[in-house]
Amino acid sequence: MSKYFERLSNGLFKENPIFILMLGMCPTLAVTTSATNAIGMGLSTTVVLLASNVIIAALRKFIPDKVRMPYYIVVVASVVTIVELLLKAYFPSINESLGIYIPLIVVNCIIFGRVEAYAAKNSVGLSLFDGIGMGLGFTMALVLIGSFRELLGAGTVFGLQVMPNSFEPISIFVQAPGAFLVVAMLTALQNKLKLPSATNGSGKKSALSCGGDCANCNEDTYTAYHEGDKNNEAKGKGE
Amino acid sequence: MNSQYFVNLLIIAISAAFINNVVLSQFLGICSFLGISNKIKTASGMGFAVIFVITLSSIICSLIYDFILLPMDLEYLKTIVFIIIIAALVQLVEMVIKKYSPALYDALGVYLPLITTNCAVLGVALINVENGFDIVESIVNGFATAAGFLVAIVVLAGIRERMEHNDITVSFRGFPITLVTATLMAMAFYGFAGLV
Repeated sequence: MSKYFERLSNGLFKENPIFILMLGMCPTLAVTTSATNAIGMGLSTTVVLLASNVIIAALRKFIPDKVRMPYYIVVVASVVTIVELLLKAYFPSINESLGIYIPLIVVNCIIFGRVEAYAAKNSVGLSLFDGIGMGLGFTMALVLIGSFRELLGAGTVFGLQVMPNSFEPISIFVQAPGAFLVVAMLTALQNKLKLPSATNGSGKKSALSCGGDCANCNEDTYTAYHEGDKNNEAKGKGE
Repeated sequence: MNSQYFVNLLIIAISAAFINNVVLSQFLGICSFLGISNKIKTASGMGFAVIFVITLSSIICSLIYDFILLPMDLEYLKTIVFIIIIAALVQLVEMVIKKYSPALYDALGVYLPLITTNCAVLGVALINVENGFDIVESIVNGFATAAGFLVAIVVLAGIRERMEHNDITVSFRGFPITLVTATLMAMAFYGFAGLV
């Protein structure tokens, strides 16, 4: 049982996808304008993550290694479509405010990262808990950032008035520049306090083949990754 | 085809490139925006590759949506279909230009595989459908969005090149200062808001 619990705490704290691994920057910046949006996005991603983890883990022995990427894309895209249709039917207001960021969960690197690095190699049960842990870690981080921005930018949290009436909302925090500013301050704080984070090289690198560190990715890492691919192909042909 | 139509196209182009800038106000393609903006040369290479791929994928996605998905009542499959088209398209483009235009491949080749996972490509295809754009409008929107990406990434790279020798507080070195720069750029682009 402790193995399953370890997966949960791993996703929530040790390898938190936003605070530690710095994956999925696009939704982190885009949907944290309010705590409500953040929780909607976080939970949708959690559902996609755990469903695709379970499906891929169950099929992992039947998927040929060479064409695994198209398989993953189809599975993840199908799950995202199901979630999108469910949101449209039961939570139209959340669907409205998140807009195209719901279908864009397909290209969120957290999903492919976990599917490729974990679900493709582990049992269904463990992958399920890995998906829940990572998803909740993502949700928690989004809600924290979203609450902070909403508090300063509108004086509310989850739509409830928190700040006294004399507080003049700093509306830039709920607008586009505020998103960059909050994440800039967050990473600077992590550097200052020497907290583990992929952006200062002290955090745990994700097990993705490219390192998964989107924020620090550059041409060299890409080229190295790509060269590796070609070498593998050459090896494959040699055999 | 009257002047009204062209004015409409111009409005689409300006709002896609500046007012709703793809990185600075819609947060699509953030990874490559922050990651490949060390030097102007690589940044512009990435920008042109994005223009190439997004324009092409806008054409193909909107053709497939209008002539296959809509007539067969399969709109709900758009996410799945678009992502597969984009992934296949990038591979195909890479193979084609590698064979027929080595010079172009040298310039754009490295960046092509990165573009599959660039959410701006899928984002533009979905925005085209959501706004009910016809094919010409989709192409204009795709091209202008990508041009907005090029402008943003080249400006950021220019600023980062200049900052390289500045004395920056230790905690802000690297990633945080890049984000602060992006903050200021986003504020500047906010000035376009009342343009259309």
